[in-house]
Amino acid sequence: MTALLAVRDLRKHFPVRRGLLRRAGAALRAVDGVSFDLAAGETLGIVGESGSGKTTLARLVLRLIEPTGGGVRFDGTDLLALDPAALRRARRAMQLVFQDPVGALDPRQCVGDIVGEGLAIHGLAAGAARRTRVAAVLQRVGLGADAVDRFPHEFSGGQRQRIGIARAVVLEPRLIVADEPVSALDVSIQAQIVNLLQDLQEERRIAYLFIAHDLRVVEHIAHRVAIMYLGRIVELADRRTLYAGARHPYTRALMSAVPSIDAAARRERVVLRGEAPSPIDPPAGCPFHPRCAFAELRCRVEVPALTGSMDHQVACHVFPV
Amino acid sequence: MLLALEDLRVTFGAARAVDGIDLTLDAGETLGLVGESGCGKTMTALAILGLVPHPGCVSGAIRFDGRDLTHLEPAALRAVRGGQIGMVFQEPMTALNPVITVGAQIAEAVTLHDRIGRAAAHARAVELLHLVEIPEPAQRADAYPHQLSGGMRQRVMLAIALAGGPRLLIADEPTTALDVTIQAQILDLFATLQRRLGMAVLLVTHDLGIVAERAGRVAIMYAGRLVEDGPVAEVFAAPLHPYTRGLLASIPRAGVAGRRLAAIPGSVPDLRHRPSGCAFRDRCPDAVAACAHIDPALRQYPAARRAACLRLAEEARGAEGSR
Repeated sequence: MTALLAVRDLRKHFPVRRGLLRRAGAALRAVDGVSFDLAAGETLGIVGESGSGKTTLARLVLRLIEPTGGGVRFDGTDLLALDPAALRRARRAMQLVFQDPVGALDPRQCVGDIVGEGLAIHGLAAGAARRTRVAAVLQRVGLGADAVDRFPHEFSGGQRQRIGIARAVVLEPRLIVADEPVSALDVSIQAQIVNLLQDLQEERRIAYLFIAHDLRVVEHIAHRVAIMYLGRIVELADRRTLYAGARHPYTRALMSAVPSIDAAARRERVVLRGEAPSPIDPPAGCPFHPRCAFAELRCRVEVPALTGSMDHQVACHVFPV
Repeated sequence: MLLALEDLRVTFGAARAVDGIDLTLDAGETLGLVGESGCGKTMTALAILGLVPHPGCVSGAIRFDGRDLTHLEPAALRAVRGGQIGMVFQEPMTALNPVITVGAQIAEAVTLHDRIGRAAAHARAVELLHLVEIPEPAQRADAYPHQLSGGMRQRVMLAIALAGGPRLLIADEPTTALDVTIQAQILDLFATLQRRLGMAVLLVTHDLGIVAERAGRVAIMYAGRLVEDGPVAEVFAAPLHPYTRGLLASIPRAGVAGRRLAAIPGSVPDLRHRPSGCAFRDRCPDAVAACAHIDPALRQYPAARRAACLRLAEEARGAEGSR
């Protein structure tokens, strides 16, 4: 099986200027050697806390920002080798859904124009054909026909996210990168949007790179899950394997920290000491070792590689797969 | 009883943000006040603190330790707020003064309620930083808020809240802006301090998981009203109100992945045009015609529980009648 999206050793280092003379020296290693595959119609969840690099990864995958190193292949094409015009054409099939639909939608554009804009830009449909496609997709995401002439501010948060999804889906993408798409929504509305995304995937075989900090939502929607810490993937596994048998101490701490409404599902809590270090000058060796209860001498010097089988990979010296 | 809200209302013109709430809190207990955006949970907390923003209008009674806070002079209210009632908000960065060291801000809170000298207040601030488990408290007292992480800033907020020796701590989404591993640290700290200091905590949150793990009782709000309350274990095991049931069902859970989530259809009503009858009826799977014109009252059920639902009340009456 060839992957729809193949990411290899992707890196993004931002130069940091420090001191009175603002000399460039250190680098913020936002994404530091990330590799994964995503198949057509599959959902890969990317979970991480603030500073883990998950949002930077989303932007790199779509080449909205240029990587420092590594490669991204989409449907066999090397995205990094494309000229701007070819990249624009390729982007039709790779869409982005944001966390904040309010910030992402132009308040002066009516919903019909917002959703139809992509069709116009890519020259896919004009006039009556465009209006028909826009109306059909709005209906599909659960908005009434009258939504076309209204403006984003007239809609609730959940409905605005439906507009954001309609704008992406109207272009018939094969990949949607969704960056915290339900984090800003109330739980009852969050469930509506998660269901909609799953239905659209079943109907249209869209692959999702689903980026979130909420393990509960990711467990629900993702087929496979990658856990990120300080710019690296520390564990990658299919959903069942990960939730039943996480290996990495960070994954286990993260999972145990999620408050649960089910007393039976509550795990023994592993409270991590301290906070994540800065991605500028990250610690030597395993980036997690200063907070890890199991760290050995080796963890302080040698960066653990992500190794294991197809369905479970871990980057840990102490708890390999 | 430490706190009793009686028919509490907060209105902004035609919008009824809080629409008649009766709720009590005992000394030392933790009550989780939950609901979605706009349900009135934050406005309820602000009303207790006397901090409802202009032009909000508060009515009803807020009895704290027997005294009605709505009738206090501003100076007397200030003495209670930050003294016997402490508060912690979601975003410590906006609550802290960016150009004053955290030690000085805590010391200021100390001197507001305790007439002691500068040196003594500073020493007390360092003690409070130690109490909220900030490492190297003497050095950290000289730090400015921006030099601290989000978790550390929330600890500083907690130190300020504790400066007056509160009997009630009102915490409005205290960990919502934090990462989940830091959230666990802060909630553990809350629990430790609550045990040690014997405070009651009103925990305002949208996260039912936090309530399940950290509160003894839960009160659920919808469109400015209380729809259900009771002991956490009972409410979560067998919710009475259809809204509570819907909320619990819409949360993704371990082990049931892949299945569709039970979303609640529709969205919350506009508080300026509150529908007649039950505000939840448009989204309710159990609604009948009567729900459109009869306003359901909060009714007592066994095991110290209350719920406001017409269908539930009918069922209970039916059960009583057949006995």
